[in-house]
Amino acid sequence: MAQYEKILLKNMEQPGYSGSLKEYEQAGGYQALKKVLKDFSPDAVIDAVKKSGLRGRGGAGFPTGVKWGFIPKDHPGPKYLCCNADESEPGTFKDRQLMERDPHQMLEGMVITCFAIGAETAYIYIRGEFRLGAQILWRALDEAKAAGYVGENLLGSGKTINIYVHQGAGAYICGEETALLESLEGKRGMPRFKPPFPATHGLYQKPTVVNNVETMANIPHIINNGAEWFASIGSPPKSTGTRVFCLSGHVKRPGNYEVPMGIPFREFIYDLGGGMRSDKPLKGFIPGGASAPFLKPEHLDVKMDFESVALAGSMLGSGGVTVMEEGTSMVWAALRLMEFFYHESCGKCTPCREGSSWLVQTLQRIWQKKGRQGDIELLEELCGNIAGRTVCAFGEAEVGPVLSTIKHWRHEYEALIQEAQVALPPNKELPVFSH
Amino acid sequence: MIFEQLQNEVTAILARYPVKRSALLPLLNLAQAREGYVSEPAMREIAKLLDLTPPQVFETVTFYTMFNLKPIGTFHLQICKSLMCALVGSDDLVAWIKNQLDIGPGQTTSDNMFTLSVVECLGSCGTGPMMQVNDDYYEQLTEEKLKRIFDDLRRDGTCSLKSGPFMYPESAAK
Ligand SMILES: Cc1cc2nc3c(=O)[nH]c(=O)nc-3n(C[C@H](O)[C@H](O)[C@H](O)COP(=O)(O)O)c2cc1C
Ligand code: FES
Repeated sequence: MAQYEKILLKNMEQPGYSGSLKEYEQAGGYQALKKVLKDFSPDAVIDAVKKSGLRGRGGAGFPTGVKWGFIPKDHPGPKYLCCNADESEPGTFKDRQLMERDPHQMLEGMVITCFAIGAETAYIYIRGEFRLGAQILWRALDEAKAAGYVGENLLGSGKTINIYVHQGAGAYICGEETALLESLEGKRGMPRFKPPFPATHGLYQKPTVVNNVETMANIPHIINNGAEWFASIGSPPKSTGTRVFCLSGHVKRPGNYEVPMGIPFREFIYDLGGGMRSDKPLKGFIPGGASAPFLKPEHLDVKMDFESVALAGSMLGSGGVTVMEEGTSMVWAALRLMEFFYHESCGKCTPCREGSSWLVQTLQRIWQKKGRQGDIELLEELCGNIAGRTVCAFGEAEVGPVLSTIKHWRHEYEALIQEAQVALPPNKELPVFSH
Repeated sequence: MIFEQLQNEVTAILARYPVKRSALLPLLNLAQAREGYVSEPAMREIAKLLDLTPPQVFETVTFYTMFNLKPIGTFHLQICKSLMCALVGSDDLVAWIKNQLDIGPGQTTSDNMFTLSVVECLGSCGTGPMMQVNDDYYEQLTEEKLKRIFDDLRRDGTCSLKSGPFMYPESAAK
């Protein structure tokens, strides 16, 4: 099996590494920050990150340096950085590990980011359930403050950068960046219309950058080793660096694995993950979190980079790979995911609020063998009326599992509906789902 | 007046934000940590502290699933039923818990010990089936483990099976 050099998980994989400030420093921690304060202008940091090719690890894959470049330089008032630690895309559990095992890595990345965009205040928006993660981050912040890496007069530079942990309270949508900002302002977490974008009108209507935990964790390494080094890893020019991919489902060894972007799914699932947990072969997999359309065994040789997965008709998304073995009903899987989206729809946009409920009801009756002729077409029509018609990308996300399972496993839907026709008299009004 | 005894915490929270309303979720979290749920008096108090109207607080509270608007049992069992956990057997465990404790989702045992919720993904999908009990995660659950967790919680109020700082798989070096 190929061995890959770790970047983000390197420290925590050392025996006994606890993530304390002392250990982080011993491993070379906060050298990047010192280097930045000594040798870099804010623009030089932004340039380095642009050159590195780093793209956001939260899901959308937007080039990080470009995003920072949108922050107006001459803005007189405060600017903000928000680190997105909401991690609630089903199938994704990497940020939790990055925060709990090596918190200073992301904190150092955040301080450097604040320097680059001219922010004096940053918030870590962490999902409410991650109590332990929040505690660990607060503790790490205390250590960093005492050592002068965070707070007033940072390492004697005269700069002030304060970082606070802000705990959410259970709402998937708060991972969407504008909903996150609303939630951080103490409101219902409902996404905002874009434009204007957070870069000009973000937190408190001030210029704001929102970046994922893993994105932040990469920054110190880019500064330490250079943009060219980073740009040479993975699948250049468009998917550079490593990613911490999360593996779940019917595999022998689920978990987090850091690999250069661009290795094939086959290697990831079978070499790193040990392959299927039983003797049943693989039936399908989700390549990038619950929002990513399903793929089939024929896609196992697709490379795990942004472009290749998009070409295969899905997305690399949050990096959560979920594997399903033969015998798993794909109608059931779609229903289970749809229940999630129905539960989590924030209710702002009618197509998503009403559509998610219709999708769940229709999927449920098909699954319960009470489906009607035309239900597949109904699902497709509903999906068509949701995607692209909502304020945020949740609309596209929720139709992915439904449309892709229909595309790849239509016969399973048809068989269940067929069974219903045999069991039930035609045209009988059927009870609908209640939650 | 629950915040009277929490002056220091309240001051520290308010100091983090340039706009008072941002302190809303942290104060609600604090109130719930204190009382086990978010009571109406607490919401009124928070409204006053943040110069909001009580409805502004209430509309926010009801958006977020983690806030309990009613008192619940000593231990809030929240078991994940989302796809990744379901693939590795969470439905069977939910059924087992219902049977063992004789409660359904949203219900509390008659001794007021356990309240059951069946929830969506908690960000621990590689180590499912899993549940959260109050602040703690319990992962890779089995019936045997659940049995022990319930026994320990009943007896000691805590259980050593709870997760520490997360890493999975653990490094080979260990
Ligand atoms: C419905 C929805 C949920 C999202 N959830 C998360 C999340 O939990 N964590 C995250 O980092 N990004 C999430 N995102 C993506 C963010 O909106 C945003 O693109 C990201 O935080 C930007 O950071 P990055 O450029 O570093 O990836 C979500 C997006 C949508 C539409
Ligand atoms: S699916 Fe259960 S924790 Fe994510």
